[in-house]
Amino acid sequence: MVWSESVPRFWRERARKYRLVGGRCRKCNSIVYPHRSVCPHCGAENMEPIELPRRGKVVTFSVVRHPPRGFEGKEPFLVAVIELENGARVLSQLVDVHPEDVKEGMEVVAVFRRYREQAPNGIIEYGIKFRPLK
Amino acid sequence: MKRVYILGAGATKVGEHWDKSLRELAVEALLSAIKDAGIDKREVEALYVGNMMSGELQGQEHLGSLIATWSGMAGIPAFKVEAACASGGAAVHQAFLAVASGAYDCVAVVGVEKMTDALPSDVTAALLTAEDQEYTVFVGATFVALNAMVYRYYLSKYGVKQEHVAQFAVHCHRMAVANPYAQFRREVKLEDVMSSPLIADPIRLLECAPTGDGAAALVLCDEEYLKRNPRDELVEIAASAAATDIFSVHERKDLSTVASFRRAAECALKRAKVEPERIDVLEAHDAFTILGVLTLEELGFAPRGEGWRLVVEGQLAPGGKIPTNTMGGLKARGHPVGATGVYQVFDLFTQLTERAGSNQVDNAEIGFAGNFGGVAGTTVVHLLKRVR
Repeated sequence: MVWSESVPRFWRERARKYRLVGGRCRKCNSIVYPHRSVCPHCGAENMEPIELPRRGKVVTFSVVRHPPRGFEGKEPFLVAVIELENGARVLSQLVDVHPEDVKEGMEVVAVFRRYREQAPNGIIEYGIKFRPLK
Repeated sequence: MKRVYILGAGATKVGEHWDKSLRELAVEALLSAIKDAGIDKREVEALYVGNMMSGELQGQEHLGSLIATWSGMAGIPAFKVEAACASGGAAVHQAFLAVASGAYDCVAVVGVEKMTDALPSDVTAALLTAEDQEYTVFVGATFVALNAMVYRYYLSKYGVKQEHVAQFAVHCHRMAVANPYAQFRREVKLEDVMSSPLIADPIRLLECAPTGDGAAALVLCDEEYLKRNPRDELVEIAASAAATDIFSVHERKDLSTVASFRRAAECALKRAKVEPERIDVLEAHDAFTILGVLTLEELGFAPRGEGWRLVVEGQLAPGGKIPTNTMGGLKARGHPVGATGVYQVFDLFTQLTERAGSNQVDNAEIGFAGNFGGVAGTTVVHLLKRVR
């Protein structure tokens, strides 16, 4: 697929992906991830970029047993909606924990990890995952 | 707005059509609908093709001109309409608007998807084009996993048992037995569903709609055209409405409601001046069992967290409180993605014209279909009325 060949496509997202840069709406105070120019909740066009807190709780999760392209051989792995300390929600992977030990409400903390590789000799895409706080 | 009527409908059986191409399926359904309408195909003024994945799975786009040509209708305006799994519903919506606006007197819509040309991993990747490539697909979340997170959240929030929701799949299979167009004309037991392999926890294989090939088509017209081409059983599309929700599930304020469906449904019911309790036949977008239950709750047939009771009590069968997916739904009639929204209207038309055989709902007057795209980032609804 075309996406796997593109270096600039990943490069331009690096701040949002490496440093968890979300956006806070100056009008309705919603905080969303990732940052963008327009608030998806109220439509205001004055979002400011903010680095999101590193700690949060698991809202809900699933175990991917049939991986999509780029994640072959990594199954089973965990994906989750995490609510961060300031209320922002992110979709991410959970790591360093067995699926049977994950609970909704579990406290987690962000870690920098490898996600996938572009074509065999292409760049490696990194990003934020979450592991249990304790 | 002009009133819009269904003059004819046609479909292929849903299944693994190894000997038929995407275009052949579309042509078969389309010509069958035109034949059912009893008109000459040269009368059709425009064509709308609902399809999601032909670009990914067949490397084929520009379906409007392609299907028009292969149907012997080259010359008319023809376009593909795409809105993920709601592509079919979106195509019907566009066809409806074209007639309602007065721009055309008679148009056709065909929904088609050909999924068995590709490996399952390619189909998974193609389905994922409905999600955010940069922030959802990037983390390895699959389409099933996203729905599974909604499912888990719902089960925890309301303390519901999974087997009660999973019963929705058992119901759909039971309904499909008598539907000659259905992909799976056999029953399944709840034990089979609950012991089938996990795809993305807690969703099990038999809670998921299957992949398959199929095409369904409709001919729509206005009142004056109908007077010139009368038919015995008459069905009006009393409302066609669509809505969107915030794209990604994690950005929504509530994970356990389907905001786009609620919004589109309210709009359609208001336009048609119909209360939900007057719906005689419901088509729910049960790509996963949980979505069937959420559909019942959004329409108010059960309080939040209690939609499963209707399923378990058998209220979804003909004669029940709200006959739902009476031809098998996505689970058992099948879910050829871009065709599904058209199959839903086709199935309602079958009921309202009393062609449903042993699944017939007595005196069915009002049919309602909800077609979801993505994790309901888009919903298209149709409200059909039998006219006597």
